[in-house]
Amino acid sequence: MRFAVIVFPGSNCDKDLYYAVKDGINADVKMVDYRENSLEGFDAILIPGGFSYGDYLRSGAIAAHAPIINEIKRVANLDVPILGICNGFQILTEIGLLPGCLMKNQQNKFICEDVELSVENNQTVFTSDYNYRQILKIPVAHGEGNYYCDESTLNELNKNNQIVFKYCSNINGSVENIAGISNKKGNVLGMMPHPERALEEIVGSDDGLKMFQSILKSHMDRVNL
Amino acid sequence: MTLVKVYVTYKKSILDPQGEAIKKAVHGMGHTIIQNVRMGKYFELTVSDNAQNIDAEINEVCDQLLANPNMESYRYEVMEENK
Repeated sequence: MRFAVIVFPGSNCDKDLYYAVKDGINADVKMVDYRENSLEGFDAILIPGGFSYGDYLRSGAIAAHAPIINEIKRVANLDVPILGICNGFQILTEIGLLPGCLMKNQQNKFICEDVELSVENNQTVFTSDYNYRQILKIPVAHGEGNYYCDESTLNELNKNNQIVFKYCSNINGSVENIAGISNKKGNVLGMMPHPERALEEIVGSDDGLKMFQSILKSHMDRVNL
Repeated sequence: MTLVKVYVTYKKSILDPQGEAIKKAVHGMGHTIIQNVRMGKYFELTVSDNAQNIDAEINEVCDQLLANPNMESYRYEVMEENK
């Protein structure tokens, strides 16, 4: 299985993701520059956290017009798994692969701490190794993670089981404590917490590892069908 | 209530990297007729009706907080707030 980690100017969790794949699940992974225009041959796309383009204009707004974006949209249509973490989540909402947006945290503070999440949907390629409503300890590090969408979008998210992760307590003002959502088809996931920073007990938690294992396993299941 | 609309912009001589990044994205979208982008800030201040000397107070707020006079200039409009 081959992963791509997209690197924008200002991405800063790209190497964490790279090593999460390389050492966490021993899969093939390549860093892909934002100026590239092909994602041919990749089985999963990872969009890292950070501050692409210094969060100019809005978080993710400028990255949304980088050359690689058209290709990300193309492979999203081909059901390739796409995982956006933190700034990656913000970019996925800006390019319209996920509904809603991420606003400034309600309390106007940057939050950098381990938080508890509940797995609200374990029927996705990203979460199949978790149990339903399993509680995970995963760090967050964001100033703009307050998920917002209008009422009808929220109804759609609930109806289609697109709310994948919820915070156990509302840390930033997100509607319905949303920490991560998927698209309707389930192959695009955006989340604010950083599973790539929770791969080993020695850093406080290894609860993030199963996400990468889930993606790998889902891929193997598909290939072996 | 009285509404004061404040616009803060970079002085012409100041480089605006954010505006430059936006310009590049605009050009990437194909809108090459747009030759330059400068980004500014916009504020709405709601002022109590019985306020005296609005201009002096607004200027003080702008000079000391909303704008940095070294690099930014500002202008404002005073109007009746629509209910």
